[in-house]
Amino acid sequence: MLNVNGINVYYGAIHALKDVSFHVEEGEIVSLIGANGAGKTTTMHTISGLLSSKTGDITFMGQSISKLEPHRIVKLGLAQVPEGRRVFSNLTVQDNLEMGAYTRPMNDRREIERDLELVFKRFPRLHERRRQLAGTLSGGEQQMLAIGRALMSRPKMLLLDEPSMGLSPILVQEIFNCIQEVNKSGTTILLVEQNAKMALSISHRAYVMETGSIILEGAASELLDNDQVKKAYLGG
Amino acid sequence: MDFFNHIINGLGLGSIYALVALGYTMVYGIVKLINFAHGDIIMVGGYMVYLIMVKWGLPIWLAVPASIVICAFTGMLVERVAYRRLLVHNAARISLLITAMGVSIFLQNAFMLIFGTDPKLMPPLFQAEPFKLGSFELASTTVINIVVSVIMMIGLNLLVNKTKIGKAMIATSEDSSAAKLMGINTNRVISFTFAIGSALAAVAALLYCNTYPQIKPSMGNLLGLKAFVAAVFGGIGSIPGAMLGGYLLGVIESLTKAYVSTTLTDAVVFGILIIILLVKPAGILGKNRKEKV
Repeated sequence: MLNVNGINVYYGAIHALKDVSFHVEEGEIVSLIGANGAGKTTTMHTISGLLSSKTGDITFMGQSISKLEPHRIVKLGLAQVPEGRRVFSNLTVQDNLEMGAYTRPMNDRREIERDLELVFKRFPRLHERRRQLAGTLSGGEQQMLAIGRALMSRPKMLLLDEPSMGLSPILVQEIFNCIQEVNKSGTTILLVEQNAKMALSISHRAYVMETGSIILEGAASELLDNDQVKKAYLGG
Repeated sequence: MDFFNHIINGLGLGSIYALVALGYTMVYGIVKLINFAHGDIIMVGGYMVYLIMVKWGLPIWLAVPASIVICAFTGMLVERVAYRRLLVHNAARISLLITAMGVSIFLQNAFMLIFGTDPKLMPPLFQAEPFKLGSFELASTTVINIVVSVIMMIGLNLLVNKTKIGKAMIATSEDSSAAKLMGINTNRVISFTFAIGSALAAVAALLYCNTYPQIKPSMGNLLGLKAFVAAVFGGIGSIPGAMLGGYLLGVIESLTKAYVSTTLTDAVVFGILIIILLVKPAGILGKNRKEKV
């Protein structure tokens, strides 16, 4: 479904991604794990079109997307929940969700309303607070909003960047359950996480990144047992 | 009751400042650019009315919408030609600012070449009897200014808070990368913001020409600067702030003229700018935004 072929991304003179290649198949949950500064978020931004790669190519459902503008990529069905949630704090919860459906045509109104109800059903707390400004929500609620907002575009594939960041263990569990549910309902998932244990526990496959390169790949269960991974990312 | 009269006159003048200040504040809110060419859009609006009504002899109901539409397109064109590449490539703020000054110089000189440097007299646009309220008599221009500006602001508030494109403007001004990830074509939103700001400037131009029936290529300089002061006064980036700042500035100017000195009004206005920047740099309704690292 998503193929990343040898992309190289630079920040000025800094070579941030070095020949990164990986793929995600339809229906999978694939994780990208690694330490701070390994290039995980850069990879996500490049897929979504916020950054561009100097060489290499990214294809989504057979179509090259590496030269497309971000809003066109969303329209193709590839949505992202960015790191740090990035909800629009000056808009209400409901308006945030409607911004998620921005690419959908106006005559899709009834379907949009239906999806809104689905998000509210998945996250009842958002329904309670739908008229509140998003900036007044707690961290966990904002993460739910960020996920709900991305789902409003009806993505075929969802990119999630550090959804567990700054959340309590109970909330992390809740968010990960939700990710699994979204996957079961037919959305392919690419997950970036520092919480490697958690990520691997719900993933089918995973890639390990270090200083801008992918250094390991395999089935999630294999990586959980891999000594190198255990030592570096799972705390022994 | 002279005092009351001066306040009302100030609000009439402030209406023009407020409409222009909205353009500054909206553009600043969305791309963090002080668009110094914004004042010249007023000049473009003035000359368009002159061209259509005086030169071509066409009626006012044609001149008004045509001037508004032409100004909106001029604003979009300026953004597309002069600013877009700088914004896309994340150029330094100072480059944008210098470009804006360049655009301002270009527009003024272009209109000087086409229409000459001498001021042109405008015909009265909206003729009306003085407005009587009990023992008060208000100039019709003052009443028109206030009514039109209030209608424009209600319209703008509905546009920004109730429509999809308006909410996209709020989203883009808060976090343009996140807006892009939602599928918002931020370039189009920016373009739309310039169009709306410039259309409001065109309305301000109509009110201005109706109040002071004379136009010249440099007319946007002082008016633009004062509106900029109004925007900073209210809190740049804040739409209600620009409105409040515009009206307040008009009233302050009117009271200064009446009770202090006519020659000192501009000194008072820019003195206020200096005091705000020293005491409350974010303006009356502005929020202190933390710079993201």
